[in-house]
Amino acid sequence: MANHDIRSPLPGTFYRKPAPDQPTFKSEGDAVAKGDVIGLIEVMKSFHEITSDADGTVSAFAVDNEEPVMAGQVLVTLET
Amino acid sequence: MAIGKLFIANRGEIAVRIIRAARDLGIRTVQAYSAADANALAVQLADEAVEIGPPAAKKSYLNVEAVLKAARTSGADAVHPGYGFLAENSDFADAVEAAGMIFVGPTGDTIRTMGDKAAARAAAQKAGVPTVPGSDGVIGDLAEARNTAETIGFPVMIKASAGGGGRGIRIADNAEAFEALAAQASSEALAAFGDGSLYLEKMITRARHIEVQILGDGHDAVHCFERECSLQRRRQKVWEEAPSAALLPETRSRLCDSAVSLARSVGYRGAGTIEYLYDDATGEFYFIEMNTRIQVEHPLTECITGIDLVAEMIRIAGGARLSVAQSDIASRGHAIEVRLNAEDPANGFMPFPGEVASLRVPGGPGVRFDHMLYPGYQIPPFYDSLLGKLIVWSDSRENAMIRLKGALSELEIGGLKTTAGLFKALVDDKQVADGDVHTNWLEPWLETNSSRLTE
Repeated sequence: MANHDIRSPLPGTFYRKPAPDQPTFKSEGDAVAKGDVIGLIEVMKSFHEITSDADGTVSAFAVDNEEPVMAGQVLVTLET
Repeated sequence: MAIGKLFIANRGEIAVRIIRAARDLGIRTVQAYSAADANALAVQLADEAVEIGPPAAKKSYLNVEAVLKAARTSGADAVHPGYGFLAENSDFADAVEAAGMIFVGPTGDTIRTMGDKAAARAAAQKAGVPTVPGSDGVIGDLAEARNTAETIGFPVMIKASAGGGGRGIRIADNAEAFEALAAQASSEALAAFGDGSLYLEKMITRARHIEVQILGDGHDAVHCFERECSLQRRRQKVWEEAPSAALLPETRSRLCDSAVSLARSVGYRGAGTIEYLYDDATGEFYFIEMNTRIQVEHPLTECITGIDLVAEMIRIAGGARLSVAQSDIASRGHAIEVRLNAEDPANGFMPFPGEVASLRVPGGPGVRFDHMLYPGYQIPPFYDSLLGKLIVWSDSRENAMIRLKGALSELEIGGLKTTAGLFKALVDDKQVADGDVHTNWLEPWLETNSSRLTE
């Protein structure tokens, strides 16, 4: 078992849900396939989907919902 | 009461603009800033600055309690809301006044009336301002709706009451298509919004966006002529001009007079803009909405009239009457403004926050650059992408275009992708040079000219 980090390609605000009243895209322990959406980054009022670049299981989110992130910052760690 | 200390509840280029106007009036400034804006140009230029919360606008610039508390603690006697954020929040305007400070803008009640589509339309009609022909409110059964559609004239837009931002709109070209589309639109709106009610509006195929700048002091109101903002992408203005090249003098005077009657009828206080659709085919204009704040493109009006709109709105807020009479206000020459956004036009206008590596600012007669930049400034990703506005003025539209081309060649913002490349292409376009554009012109142009947008 190895760890794989998904990093934010953009600076902005990280969202774990598609909308405030909807469930999170992924939770800890969920299976993730390559291409699955794990969250959104809002940059300058436009939203960009963050997709997984690997298959695995979510071991931990490094950033909370609605928290600011820098480009290159780890968003989520997968167990692959 | 004259204002001694002004609290600026905004950021970016407009905060810088407000600081400059206040300084000219001998007013001290307090700049509000979020944790992401500690290094902002406005924070450096203001007399004082106070942090109001974390980067997210919701927790800082949109946080009414935090803004009010900071304003009160700073000892400010007035709050300028700029544009966006809390500028058209009627409850905020009320709360500022309730806290014993002056809101630089109209009363909460005026903002409330003009912010409600139906109430604003009714106010316009009452003042004798033409509105877009349509159903008065929600339509009843299909037969009645069909009659209404025929009275308005096809093509007709069918809109969902509960929709917005272009969602749930259908366009019917004739009576037969109308019945089928209205039934569809109703069931779709019911499924999407839980409300199937519809209203109708005349479809204007070639519309220009023309708006009139007004100033009011609560007693009297004047207009400062019009601006045209027909070049839009996703309903966002990108290039604006004053005056409009499309209007005949007689239409211009009817348009501007109608804006003054609406402003007078609501006892308007401050700077405001009344927006119209202008039908190129018929020469008719129709009220769409009123913006009860200073607008991004206000410098155009300042260039052609010589009036400092931001200073005037602060003076009026301090209790002064209008400093100009209608007969003193003349329009001279032609001004063009382009919005420089941190977006990459060659890559679908992808936002591009980054660090300003270098900056070369254009200058010379008739050139103005209102912006928030300095070398080494890191553009925060949390707010809109507007970096600044390049405004040029000359004696004619043709000469203003030449001046714009020159100013764009002088401007260099290193380290960022900006919309400058878009304007370098547009300034050379024949249709733009001829003023032969409308609100749906730019998007198809972008699709066919994407290869010209690489700098």
